[in-house]
Amino acid sequence: MTEPLLEVDDLEVSFGDVPAVRGAGFRLMPGERVAVVGASGSGKSTTAHAIMGLLPGTGHVTSGRIRFRGEDVTHAGEHRLRRLRGREIGLVPQDPMSNLNPVSRVGHQVAETLVAHGLAGRGEAKRRAVEILAEAGLPDPARRARQYPHEFSGGMRQRVLIAIGLACRPDLLIADEPTSALDVTVQRQILDHLEKLTQDLGTALLLVTHDLGLAADRADHVVVMSDGQVVETGPAREILTDPEHEYTRRLVAAAPSLTTTTHRSAPAAEPVLEVAGVSKEYRIRGGGGALRAADDVSFTVRRGQTTAIVGESGSGKTTTAHMVLGLVAPTSGTIQLDGTDVTAGRRTARRAMQAVFQDPYGSLDPMFTVERLITEPLRIFGIGDRSSRRARVAELLDQVGLTPSMAQRYPNELSGGQRQRVAIARALAPSPRLVVCDEAVSALDVLVQDQILRLLESLQQELGLSYLFISHDLAVVRSIAHDVVVMRNGRVVEQGPVAQVLGSPADPYTQQLLDAIPGAGVFS
Amino acid sequence: MTAVDPVAAGEPGSEHGSGLGRVRGRVLRKLWQNPMGVVGGVLLLIVLIAGVFAPWLAPYPPTQVHFTTPFQQPFTVGFALGTDDLGRDVLSRVLYGTRASLEVGVLSVLLAVAVGVPLGLLAGYWRWLDAVVSRLADVMLAFPFLILAVGLAAINGGGIGNAAIALGIANIPTMVRVVRAETLRLKESDFVLAAHTMDAGATRILAHHILPNALSAIIVQATVIMPSAVLGEAILSFLGLGIQPPDPSLGIMLSDAQQYLFRTVWPGVFPGVAIAVICLGFNLFGDALRDALDPKAQRVRKGKR
Repeated sequence: MTEPLLEVDDLEVSFGDVPAVRGAGFRLMPGERVAVVGASGSGKSTTAHAIMGLLPGTGHVTSGRIRFRGEDVTHAGEHRLRRLRGREIGLVPQDPMSNLNPVSRVGHQVAETLVAHGLAGRGEAKRRAVEILAEAGLPDPARRARQYPHEFSGGMRQRVLIAIGLACRPDLLIADEPTSALDVTVQRQILDHLEKLTQDLGTALLLVTHDLGLAADRADHVVVMSDGQVVETGPAREILTDPEHEYTRRLVAAAPSLTTTTHRSAPAAEPVLEVAGVSKEYRIRGGGGALRAADDVSFTVRRGQTTAIVGESGSGKTTTAHMVLGLVAPTSGTIQLDGTDVTAGRRTARRAMQAVFQDPYGSLDPMFTVERLITEPLRIFGIGDRSSRRARVAELLDQVGLTPSMAQRYPNELSGGQRQRVAIARALAPSPRLVVCDEAVSALDVLVQDQILRLLESLQQELGLSYLFISHDLAVVRSIAHDVVVMRNGRVVEQGPVAQVLGSPADPYTQQLLDAIPGAGVFS
Repeated sequence: MTAVDPVAAGEPGSEHGSGLGRVRGRVLRKLWQNPMGVVGGVLLLIVLIAGVFAPWLAPYPPTQVHFTTPFQQPFTVGFALGTDDLGRDVLSRVLYGTRASLEVGVLSVLLAVAVGVPLGLLAGYWRWLDAVVSRLADVMLAFPFLILAVGLAAINGGGIGNAAIALGIANIPTMVRVVRAETLRLKESDFVLAAHTMDAGATRILAHHILPNALSAIIVQATVIMPSAVLGEAILSFLGLGIQPPDPSLGIMLSDAQQYLFRTVWPGVFPGVAIAVICLGFNLFGDALRDALDPKAQRVRKGKR
């Protein structure tokens, strides 16, 4: 048996006096791919940072051992760590937007890594940088090397960062949420590429991710972390199909991409919202011409049901949602709510149509109490008086699964899931018929996401609500929608009942999106 | 009544308490932990006590002349900080001068806030107004406030009001810029977008959402304007454009002392120190306040860990 490449034993890390990692342990063999999975705050990134000696601020290892190729590097000096980082352990960071220096040419940034580790002289490094960029799958690498990061797309930047991570041919590559900021189809390409490169070079991979499906897809071994502890480790397939720990079981059950959902059947119902031939053009600044953010979009939302719009960034799904909400005026086309044109009778339409946004940290005014947040639409529409509004707040809080005592709290005193519940309560306050959910669960951890989705579902049954559900996540859409509209480049490429569109997609793009769902292949 | 498991409701929320009170408590705690804030706070406290209680603290009326005892050295009996060329008590005049400086400072800050905040809100919120207001602010910034003060003095005559108005006007553009920038940032925030979907009008959005969230930036800017106004008052009075003799002012004391600089320096030293202490106090306290109110420092990191 060969010696393990990386061994983490009983690792404990604290920030100040607050423990972040409490006894984490796992091992990684040479060339092996291990994924560390957990929700935010589980300590997975902190563990990865501790391995590289990159703990920020007051973070420090309080006990335990990290051994790299048998050598104890837990408390290694800065000199040793500098050689370790980049040369022996490469890192692919999470955010491709902020991890490249915007004022330095891309080729130079790759070359810098080589020079810094003494692997090449200036001239040699320059030539090698172009080779490395070519290896990263960049077309026309010689020209690309002279460009600046803002000239690259998100996916291209992540390729560059992978190239930098692998430039010195390390034995281990740590990838910290390498694709969380990217579209699903791009994510897939990047991960395929990462997999091929590490395989060709024989590099071991430590993948840190919140996505259990992705972990199962891309790793041999999965380490599940929760509250700073490793709750379960094992072969990827086993963890997913036969989870032993209670937490893993909940995680697997909650992951929308892993559940074999029965599609929601859609009994015939009359439409609440009818969008017909809607387009939105933006004039491009400087040169003439116009950008068609939405192009001849038509769909309906039926009473008591959910229509989901799926698409990647730039598909026009958010523009469409904003037009429905009356935040953006369409260039052409009509939007009707219960047969009346929305653009005409704005105020009544607004009351019948409310929204829940993506970021529960941003969509609630931090200076407002929960009660004031929820009563704001009531005050604007002049519904009820002081005491009836107060009673309504209690009722709404109860409906979204919060206790009435939370009415006097401020948003920063609540967790992400609780905040999103408050946002839902606020949307429900004026008794709307239609709720537009714009990526309403995308920013939430899997377990919380599942709870919010179940909440939306039960509210729909109870109150007969209709949802227009905007999402980039096909797996989530599959579990909540009755009808699906797939958008790309401002156009609708396919729409229909969820079983039909996702079960037997007619358009190749829909198929591509389906294939890109991580973990999809595990059960088949 | 919902099918949601009760665990959700019991998610790790934080401790209970009245929000604003807690915010204030946290800001005060941070100020107290910052040595800069403590020093600035102590200096400010001394200055405020001196200014507010000058009539009770001063041993003599500030304009009372003691012809028999001019140019007394500091720490002589009866005159703790000595006397000036007319035998007036320097301590009394510094106390009253501090009071005058604070009056001018507070008045000009109030003027800058009263005009600058609404203009900044409007300019940040409506693009077409922004062009007008911002160019106007540029013009005002380019216009030397001394010339403004001369013009105002020519119309109104000198005095505390004149100085306050000139300095207030001179500080409007910086206040406009700060509030405008905050408004531009806040109007793109999700909670303002949410308010739009509730059909909230511009007045409601500005008054209920943007202004309260911009308040900390406004307070910090006020602590920046204050010392510059105190300094400005000293300059104007020194040049005879602000407070008029025989009323006490730190600037007038400096200008008086200048004539007798070769006989004694003391009547000039103490008002100079007073100006320095006032400005230092506000600057240190303002910096510490800015750090304590910094939203980036408050926000809990919420990246995927």
